[in-house]
Amino acid sequence: MILFLLRRLATMAVTLAIISALVFFIIKLPPGDFLTNLIHELRAQNDSAAIAKAEFLIKQYGLDRPAWQQYLIWIGAMPGPNGFSGLLQGDWGWSFEYDKPVADVVGDALWLTLLVNLAAVLFIHLVAIPIAIYSATRQYSLGDYLATFIGYIGLATPSFLLALILLYYMNRWFGVSIGGLYDARFAGEPWTWEKIKSLLSHLIVPTVVIGLAGTASMIRRMRANLLDELGKQYYVTAKAKGLGPTKALLKYPFRMSLNPFVADIGNLLPHLVSGSVLVSLVLSLPTVGPILLSALKNQDQFLAGFILMFVAVLTVVGMLISDILLAWIDPRIRMGGGR
Amino acid sequence: MRYDVCLLEEPMEAPLLSIRQLTVDFHTDTGDFRAVDGLTFDIPKGRTVALVGESGSGKSVTAQSILQILPKRARISGGSILFNDPNLPAPVDIASLKPEGEAMHQLRGGRIAMIFQEPMTSLSPLHTIGDQISEALLIHADVSKAKAMQRTMEVLARAGFPDPKRALRNYPFELSGGLRQRAMIAMALITRPVLLIADEPTTALDVTTQAQILDLIKELQAETGMSVLLITHDLGVVANIADEVVVMYRGRIMEAGSREQIFRNAQHPYLQALIRAVPRFAMAENERLTPIREVKSAALAHAHAPERPQPQGPILKAEGLTKCFTLRSGRFFGKPRNVRAVNGVDLSLPVGRTLGLVGESGCGKTTVSKMIMRALKPDAGQVLFDDGTGPKDVYRLEGKELTAYRRSVQFIFQDPFSSLNPRMTVYEILTEPLRIHDIGTPDERYERVKQLLDMVGLDQRSLRRYPHSFSGGQRQRLGIARALALEPRVLLCDEPVSALDVSVQAQVLNLLKDLQSALGLSYIFVSHNLAVVDYIADTIAVMCRGYIVEEAPKSTLFRNPVHPYTQALLAAVPDPDLDRPLDFANLRADRFSDPAGWPEPFRIPDGEFGTMKEIEPGHKIRVGRPAAQEAA
Repeated sequence: MILFLLRRLATMAVTLAIISALVFFIIKLPPGDFLTNLIHELRAQNDSAAIAKAEFLIKQYGLDRPAWQQYLIWIGAMPGPNGFSGLLQGDWGWSFEYDKPVADVVGDALWLTLLVNLAAVLFIHLVAIPIAIYSATRQYSLGDYLATFIGYIGLATPSFLLALILLYYMNRWFGVSIGGLYDARFAGEPWTWEKIKSLLSHLIVPTVVIGLAGTASMIRRMRANLLDELGKQYYVTAKAKGLGPTKALLKYPFRMSLNPFVADIGNLLPHLVSGSVLVSLVLSLPTVGPILLSALKNQDQFLAGFILMFVAVLTVVGMLISDILLAWIDPRIRMGGGR
Repeated sequence: MRYDVCLLEEPMEAPLLSIRQLTVDFHTDTGDFRAVDGLTFDIPKGRTVALVGESGSGKSVTAQSILQILPKRARISGGSILFNDPNLPAPVDIASLKPEGEAMHQLRGGRIAMIFQEPMTSLSPLHTIGDQISEALLIHADVSKAKAMQRTMEVLARAGFPDPKRALRNYPFELSGGLRQRAMIAMALITRPVLLIADEPTTALDVTTQAQILDLIKELQAETGMSVLLITHDLGVVANIADEVVVMYRGRIMEAGSREQIFRNAQHPYLQALIRAVPRFAMAENERLTPIREVKSAALAHAHAPERPQPQGPILKAEGLTKCFTLRSGRFFGKPRNVRAVNGVDLSLPVGRTLGLVGESGCGKTTVSKMIMRALKPDAGQVLFDDGTGPKDVYRLEGKELTAYRRSVQFIFQDPFSSLNPRMTVYEILTEPLRIHDIGTPDERYERVKQLLDMVGLDQRSLRRYPHSFSGGQRQRLGIARALALEPRVLLCDEPVSALDVSVQAQVLNLLKDLQSALGLSYIFVSHNLAVVDYIADTIAVMCRGYIVEEAPKSTLFRNPVHPYTQALLAAVPDPDLDRPLDFANLRADRFSDPAGWPEPFRIPDGEFGTMKEIEPGHKIRVGRPAAQEAA
């Protein structure tokens, strides 16, 4: 087990190294990133202070060095102007667009993003699993058709549209503004009980909006998986033992049908950050999505690079978690072999 | 007459279960379908009743009705199932109980237990054996978890687990098929039911394991006095363990009576036909099986082998084939194990003959056939193929020669359901080999396919249909037609009839025989069923643990089996002949599949191969330690 973990960690490190290189060079690829534009502008001003600042920036970010050196400095594998100071050391770089350290720009947004999306994931599972079980055990019943129908509507509705509609009607009917994640008056305030309450009440709509499409597709997949498992012989065995229908269902076919969802955790985690950009824009949620979007548009290289790396780390860690969980819940995987 | 004498007389005692005019209907999209039609029979206390019939005859549906675990679309639409539980004052009519009611839950698994055909899929792979077995007791008895585990261990020990304590923590996939079925039996019996329903309990098992499981069921029945309803299509099993027999066909009873009546004096034509369709050991040299539904083919009568040079010696020869597999070990820390799947196998297949390869699961017979196909590279040894230009090593063939070899050796698979692509029409399936080898114009291919279909006795109108609209036997004939498309010289048949019903099995076996004599084909026929191999093969090689232990012409082998493993194998086959009962006591030993446990001179210590010794013309046996033999 320890050996397995070590091997996995080593592969993860290699994967991340490759991803970081790709991220860095792809961001660097097109000409005209934020920093070079800035330097050009400063030089064009043709006054000595501006030129000195341009020179400083060039030195600071090693723009006079070859790209691979810039890359190594960025990840912290090579001493830059300030010694070793890169991702590995926890220095996430400088955002030129905001003129602040990346850590300050992303800061709260990162945790709020995780919060909103985790809430959405919880919502998806809590709603989808019972409905899926209901419609799988009562296949072709009225309830099943109804769940299927609503599921398809959920799948087909663009979530930003739903967000817009909710935004409008909530305001019109209840006079509530559901934009943002907390009341405007709390912006920049320290976290107090009041602020948390405001946050929770603002969380409901984004959760539902972001979760709806996921819920619909989860119902469909869970139902299909369960239907497969319900036809299996071991379920008949369980019933022939005299086990009640609910208990037999939860203990055997339901557990068998969980595997694909556990395997999905790896994809789920990065989705927590990069998904729901449109909804965040529409509902003006202070999440990472919109920040990433503008960073990419402006080629704010360190900011974009950091967010992309963060997503990559989440992906790799998610894969590890799902592999460990799979081995834990499924002895066939744990023991290797087995048919 | 005294009262106690009266009790002893069977007809006077009320049967444990009496089924009267039972009718079960299926409601499907294509209309209603009556699976069981007015079924009436009794299961007496402490006796074994066998329910016999082909698949689709309604025998499993009957069993499911007794437990009320019918598929959703099926419904008991009439009749009664009176269950006369000795623990209850009055009989209960199961047919009138609610399937999910409390009373039914009490019966199910508590008073009436069931075991199924596939011990692998009948157990959940995610839960330990101990968990699944003790669960049955925890549902029906008011016991603590610890006590339930204790009882589980006892019942596992009774079911023949060598290490019941460890078995509690084992998962089903860690066990062999035989042990899995023992675990199922333990699960059924832990609540001490009065009726055990066994639905094809040994069909998926090897013969020696089958004999042991049947023996176990018999013993446990004698111990507990329970009744057994045995569902099977194997008349050999019926002849060995049933007291009474009920023969079903299309949901109705064709014939019922005691075992003696049924086997000595079968009345109904259907039963007589069923008995005639099963291969037996005592068959005459050229006797043909009579399938229940004979297949007619016009093309076969005037089909002939293509003109081509014939080899002087055997067409296919294997010399010293050896293959080792490395297995990942079960736990994270364990070392990988080496398993010697095939040890120095020599085979030789003469033109136009059939070589039968017999052995139990895991003996290496499929590995051998894969190596002959060049689908797997042997660690040592060679396969020689002779197309009339002299023997050539198959593993050195390249380019055109290899393509020619691929055309010459074709494969027939075990499972007719998964070996045909469900999304291709019959026409596409049968022309695919021709397209791959770029043979003929589309018109010629069409002609060829029509001819092939006719040869295997299928209608030409089936060309546009998809595999799912055919029955198992028809699909297997499609598989044969596909194998014949390239005019091969050798067919490798890997258990081609083991997934088929007896009646269909006879059909396919006869077809293979006819094709062989018409087209001059040579067969390597791999099977675990000795009677089937006896029917079709000329020479038989018996495999065990990767060794060929005995090889002989079939008449010699069955008349005079010398090797202890062959003897055990033969002894374990249930014969549908009442005068040749299984010798259960002899089969209990379980020492016969371990080369190191064979008596001298057959003993092969670990790491040695032993040698083949010819004891009469064509009859070879494997003996260990040749040096010791010569010195003696």
